[in-house]
Parts: sequence; C-alpha cells; structure tokens
Amino acid sequence: MSDEKLLSADAYRAIDKEIAKYPEGRKSSAVMAALAIAQNEIGWVSESVVEDVAGYLDMRPIAVWEVATFYGMYNLEKPGRSKLAICTNLPCALQGANKTVDQLKLKLGIDFNETALDGSVTLKEAECMGACGDAPVVIINDREMRGKIGVSDIDALIEELKAR
Amino acid sequence: MITLEVDGKTVEVESGSTVMDAANKLGVHVPHFCYHKKLSIAANCRMCLVEVEKAPKPLPACATPATQDMKVYTRSEQAKTAQKGVMEFLLINHPLDCPICDQGGECQLQDLAVGYGGSGSRFNEAKRIVRTKELGPLVSASEMSRCIHCTRCVRFGQEIAGVMELGMAGRGEHSEIMSFVGSTVDSELSGNMIDVCPVGALTSKPFRYAARTWELARRKTVSPHDALGSNLTAQVKGDTVIRVVPFENAELNECWISDRDRFSYEGLNASDRLLSPMLKIDGQWEEVDWAVALDHIKEKLISSNIKPERIGAFATPQATTEELYLFQKLIRALGSENIDYRLRQTDYDVRPNGYKPWLAMNVSDIENLDRILVIGSNIRKEQPLLAHRMRQAVKKNDASLAFINPMKSDSLVPTAEDFLVVPSQITGLLGEVVKAVSLLLDRSVPEGLDDISVGSDADRIAQMLVSGERKLILVGALCRNHPDRSKIEQLSHLIGQLVEANVGLLTEGPNSLGAEVVNNLPGSDGLNAGEMMSTALDAYFLLHAEMSEDSCAPGLAAGVLKSAPLVVALNAFKGEVSEYATVILPVSPFSETAGTFINLEGTPQSFGPVAPTKGLSRPAWRLIAALGKLFGCTDFEYQSIEDVRAELKDHLDNFRGELQAKYEVGSIEKQRRSDVQDEIERVSDVPMYSVDSIVRRAPALQLTKEAQHDFVWVSSDLSIKLDISDQDVVRVEQGENHFDLPARVDSNLMSSAVRVSMNSRASKVIGGVAGTVRISKIQSTGALA
Repeated sequence: MSDEKLLSADAYRAIDKEIAKYPEGRKSSAVMAALAIAQNEIGWVSESVVEDVAGYLDMRPIAVWEVATFYGMYNLEKPGRSKLAICTNLPCALQGANKTVDQLKLKLGIDFNETALDGSVTLKEAECMGACGDAPVVIINDREMRGKIGVSDIDALIEELKAR
Repeated sequence: MITLEVDGKTVEVESGSTVMDAANKLGVHVPHFCYHKKLSIAANCRMCLVEVEKAPKPLPACATPATQDMKVYTRSEQAKTAQKGVMEFLLINHPLDCPICDQGGECQLQDLAVGYGGSGSRFNEAKRIVRTKELGPLVSASEMSRCIHCTRCVRFGQEIAGVMELGMAGRGEHSEIMSFVGSTVDSELSGNMIDVCPVGALTSKPFRYAARTWELARRKTVSPHDALGSNLTAQVKGDTVIRVVPFENAELNECWISDRDRFSYEGLNASDRLLSPMLKIDGQWEEVDWAVALDHIKEKLISSNIKPERIGAFATPQATTEELYLFQKLIRALGSENIDYRLRQTDYDVRPNGYKPWLAMNVSDIENLDRILVIGSNIRKEQPLLAHRMRQAVKKNDASLAFINPMKSDSLVPTAEDFLVVPSQITGLLGEVVKAVSLLLDRSVPEGLDDISVGSDADRIAQMLVSGERKLILVGALCRNHPDRSKIEQLSHLIGQLVEANVGLLTEGPNSLGAEVVNNLPGSDGLNAGEMMSTALDAYFLLHAEMSEDSCAPGLAAGVLKSAPLVVALNAFKGEVSEYATVILPVSPFSETAGTFINLEGTPQSFGPVAPTKGLSRPAWRLIAALGKLFGCTDFEYQSIEDVRAELKDHLDNFRGELQAKYEVGSIEKQRRSDVQDEIERVSDVPMYSVDSIVRRAPALQLTKEAQHDFVWVSSDLSIKLDISDQDVVRVEQGENHFDLPARVDSNLMSSAVRVSMNSRASKVIGGVAGTVRISKIQSTGALA
C-alpha cells in the first residue's frame, strides 16, 4: 500500500468529525458522510475512493460499494463540470417535472446519466429532496437547490451552468 | 418456554424462537429461500409468509417471534395466497428455462415453483438481465439473472467465512450480487456459497454441466484432507466421483466444508491415476500383472540379500487406520522397526508416558471457549473449519484470541492479538510465559526459568491466560514441524497445567491419531523418518507417500530412494513416485476403499468405498495382506475389512482411555529467548492446497491464488533493507545449498523472516526445514535464470 493519501488532510479531518458522532467501534456508520466528503473533493466516487474510504473505516470495499451504489447522490462516473439532478417523484411529477425533464433533455441533447458533449452538464434523475412545496425541484452539484423550475426556466438555467 | 399452535398442532419452543423454529420442530415445512438455520435472519424473500391469528396481514415465519398461545396457519387460504403471490413476483425476473440451468432438478426455486407457481406467466414484458460475474476458479457466477436476492451468499461471507467478499450493489430492480470491482472470491470456505444459493446463480465451476442430480448416486464418506474429518457426501456418476458436498454433522463440520474438502475430488480422476502395477525394466516403466510385480518384490528381497534392518517404510497420515495397522504389521513381520508416518516433522522425540497428539477437547466445544492461544499455526489454512469455530467463540462469548506466529494472523477476527516471533524464539517466549504465569499465580517458577526476564509480550499472554474459564492452547503445524517440537509441546503443556487450559495439538492429515494408535512409529531400535531419509537403506516401502511433496527433506529422500535396489511404492498416482520407485503398486485412494480415520478429537469414523476400484488397482489393506502372505508371514489371512477391524478392535476400544493420560511435563531445560539479530530466519509452511497427493492434483484448487507457492515471501523490512521488490529473483541459501525464486513482499511477515514453503521447488534443493537462511537479490524483475 502506498503512503500517499488520496484525500486532503481537511477531508480526513471532516471524516473524523463524522466518525465521532457514533459510538466507539461503529466507525462504519460514517460511511455515507465519508463518501460524500470524498466525492466533494474528488468529484466522484471512483474505485480508489471506495478502497480508500473502506480502508479508513475498517470496512470491506464491497460493503462501501453497496452503499455507494444504493444511493443516487454518489457519482459512480466522472460527471461534467456541473451535475444537474431533477426530482421525478410524485409531487414534482404532479407539478410538471416530466415536462421540465423533456425540455432539459431536448436542450442538452442528452438522456439521464449522460453528460453534454461539451462536458458542461451531467443530467441525473433524483429522488424526493423534501422540498415538495417548491416542486419541481432541481439540485446543482448536490449543494445548490432551485425550486419551481418549469419549462420556461430551462434556457436560463442551462446558460448559467454552461458558463461555469 | 412458549406454547403455541402451528396448523392445529401444539408445540413448545424456547422463548426467543421464531415461528419458523416452531414449525421446524413440528416438521411442518414452510417454504423459504432467504432463511437458513445457520445464518442471520434477513426476511427479504417473503416466501415464508404465514397467517397468524389476530394479525391483520400475513407475517414472515422466519422473522416473527413465537409468542404464548399464538395460532399459526401455514396452509390456510390467506397463507397460500400470500405465498403464491410472492412466488409470482420472484418469477417475474427469473428465467423460466430450468431445462438448461445447471441447478435444474436440485433447485429450491424450481421445487417451490411447482408447488406454488402458476402454470403460466402473466408477465409479458422484458425480463431484466444481469451480467456474468467472474469470481475465480471455484465459484461460477455466470448466470446472475437467476439470482433472487436472498443474500444468503452475502450473509455467509460476513457471518461464517468471516470476510465479506460478495455484496448486493444497486437498489431495487437494479440490485446485483457482485464482488468489488474485479476481485475474486478467495475465502477458503467459498464453496459453501454454492450450497446456500437456493437457485442456479452461484454454481460449482468444476462441476457445471457435468451431470444432472438424478444421475448421481450419493454415498457418505469422510474427508481425507484435514484432521477434522468433515463428513462428506460423494456424488458419483457411473464410476466417477464428480461432486462432493457436505454431509451434516453438528459435532464436526456442521453443514459446511472447506474448499479443500469440496473441490479436491478432481484429483481422484487425475490423468496419472495408476491402473496397473508397474515395474521398471531396464530403466523403462512397464505395465505388468499383479503376480509379476509381487514376485519381483519377493525375488528382489531375497536375491539382493536385503537384511531386515535395511528395510525402511514411510506412510502418510492420509492412509486409513486399517492400512497403517497392516503396514506396520508387515514391516515388523519382515523384521524391521524402521517405520514412520511423521514425514514432515524434524523432531522425533517421543512424548512422555505415551501421550498422544490430539485436540484434547471436542471440536464443537471450541465455540464455548473464552480464551484461545494459538501457537505456530495459520489456522485458517491449516484447519479452516476450526478457524470458523474460533470466530464463533469470539462472536458468542467475546473470547480473547491470541496468536504466537512469525506472521500476523489472518484470522479475520479484528480483536485477535498477534505476538510476533521468528521460529527460533517460540520456546523462549513460552518460557517467559511460564514464568509470568507462575508469578501471577504465586507459584514457584520452574528451575531453569528463574533467571530469565519476562518481556511485555509474555506478560500480556499470561494475563490473558490466567483470567477466563474455558481455555485452549492450540499448537499448530509450524510447531509440529519445528526442530524444537517437543520443547514447544512441553512448555505449552506446562502453561496449560498452570492455568488449567486444554492443550490441543493440531495433527497432520486425516489420520495422524490413527497412525499413533496402531503404532506406525519406529520401534526402540528402529529408524525414524528423518534417519531413513538420511541413511541409505536397501529397500523402502512407501504407503501413499510422495516424498518430494510429503516430506521435510525432499532432496535427501530422493537421494536415498534413487540409490536403493528396491523401492516399492503403494500409491494411487504414478507421476511422483515413478522418479525413484522400482515397483509401483496401484492402490485405491480413500474413495475406493473401506477404512477408518481417527480425527483430532479422537473420534474414529469408518467409511465404505464410494466408487469401484479403477483398473487393476486394489485397496491398500488387501494388497498389504497379500504381501504378508507372499513373504510367508503368519497371520495375514484377511477375507474382508471386517477381519482387519476385528483385529484392531482392542486398539480402537482402548485408545480413548489412553488419550486421557496426563502429559508429564518433567524438568525444563534452561530457556532464553534469543534476540532478533541480523540473521534471517525461514518460515516453512505447508501450503493449503499441497497437503496431500489428491489435493495437489485438483486443477481448480491449483488455479486459486492460495495454491501459488513457488515464491520467497520477504518481510517489508527486509525488502527495503535488501532492495527487493515483487518479482525480483532472489537467491535463498540454507546450509550448503541455494535456490533462486521470484520474490513477493509480504507485509504480514515478521521483520527478520522470509517464508519459503515446504512444497516449493526450492525445498527440493535446500530442504524443507525452518532455519537460518541468507537472502540476496540475483536479478531485478524478469525471467528466472
């Protein structure tokens, strides 16, 4: 094993903070947070991220892989410069999320889980984010939420993301 | 106790039991897939839904606690509707092509689909397809679309094998059982995943499409590969064993077997199986009749004027008790006391007052221990299912587990403690432990140990051993083959007697205890195995022994054998023995003969043949009896194996009593733990898949990572000091000899140790014994010179 660390010291400190939230000997409880921290830094959950997190939390890589593949918010492939995830669950769907999705796909020329040719935007389908009052909801790069995104908002949104 | 009613029948179960337990106790079958009695409850297949009075909806029997006066209906209208519904859902994505599935005919899903499934499917959409997974040479996962996600294989890995190698990735309809990207399943118990898989998703790679279940005869036998004596069911098609599965025995192997027990049957059908006696005539091997071969032996013994004391005999603990008994009877009838089965050992000192090597407790009680100290054993490789029992002890009783080894243990128990020593330091450390224990218990320190200082390691081991109630000190293969074996055993027994722990000796092969019981050992003026390998005798008899793999000194052995005028090899395989034998007599492997193995807990297990003999080969006991008659020895008239067993009866009746004999420790030699110096010490192990002639011929096992042993494993420290990296060619010098092998860096090895296996090519030149070696880099990565 090489001594080079995959993540920055800050990232490991952040993971340590998460580990401290759980009883001793339950390090593995911090796996979701650790993956999120690693993804925030590396951009996606690569095989080496999984191995590194597994080593850090004394878990088997396959156990970390189970978590990483279960949840939609982890990028198992390298995304474009921005990741745009749109909720398609019932409340959003009732508020026209599917039309928004169609427009997004049309304007970006891609399907879900694909990246625009210029590498600017990756489109993802998301599950409920608990902001149904603002349906349809999108979230940019797992951090920035926008509500009430209708068909007419798409051009501006895409423009904004392409400019990043 | 709780009383409840299942299908109108009353049953009493322990509190904490489930409805499934209650139904099982009554013999009521509740259909299920994910439930397995030895695994944790997942309740994810939903097949075991039953109706419970006053419950608003059907409940899963496997996960519903039984309560007082509960009324359960497993075959009511509601239960049946629920089960049928579940079955319909399970079959939505499952291919409906049983006729081309390897599991067809022995598939739980197929069986239950007949009972609970519809005659046609209402699902007309496309089924999902799951890609093939590559899991290594033993377990096939090439039809993962058949998986019903019961997660038995995942739970087996986590809970029994002790290492999670498979997992369920993805979610919902996208769930897939897989290993982590590109990794194979390497657990030594991996084959059990095939058994627990209720469908045709995980199948046996060597067996795939070799036969249908209804073509197979099932015959019970006993594993000949380790000292546990796992019970097996050999499945035979025609005359050939083509699959081996566990036969449940709660006392020994439960419902598991190791991969070695499961996949080694392939060796029985190896291409060099002997079908006829062979005689070396003018340097050429020729097939001859039995009469010709036997006459040749007799004639040679007389014409070469071979004196009785110039006859030597090697047996392996792979032989049955009957064979070993007759073998020593024959050699002794010829007038020789030169007989031994301890071919891999180097210290032949006799144990005091007839003490026999054994586990000194029952295998099933290991789970109840709370202190376990293992000395000199990579227990997972040596006795895979004992390692599993130890993991259960840690899980159930929070047992403390510690290892004294030259490498970090690979026990899969995170809390296990490692005390690292090179082989030459084992006695020293044990001496310190004796002193530390004596001091803790306020006993007088045995003479010879009073002036040694106690290190912190010894102190920690002593602390662990004086506490606790049910303790075991287990002495493994590295000690058995150690030049100081008897000293290690003596000190271990002394510690055991001080702290009131059982002292178990892990024995070699399936029948070491049998060999001891029938005295397959040199007489008082006889030569032991080591002496027979270093003194050139005139005639040698070999029972199942392949000296370049089964002995600690392959080079020496080959030398004396090649110079002897008569070497009679009783073996099932030609390959090895044809290098030095003069006559080869084809004998049956365990699968084609009746016999008895006495396992390490002292249980004799008799078995019959599971397949007919091949060609002209004959069971060894018959052949040895024939040789006895041929040489004109008296009392070699045996009509059947029962006659042999009748003669053995006294031995078999009495030895259990002899096992209870106390080990008389006697006086202790002065001990001092040598310091680690600049010297490099060799650790010499017997690789898991090299233990006996059958395993060595099993192709699938030989493809595993574990089987690759032609390397010098170098500790990380040494690799830095000597600038050695993986695949460099390294010269190992031991004594006068040297050999070049590719290197592997092993971070688990102690800093001043290298590991060269007893079965590596190097051992044929430098010998197989632990000792001081010199290491030098010959060549950076590249082909062998």
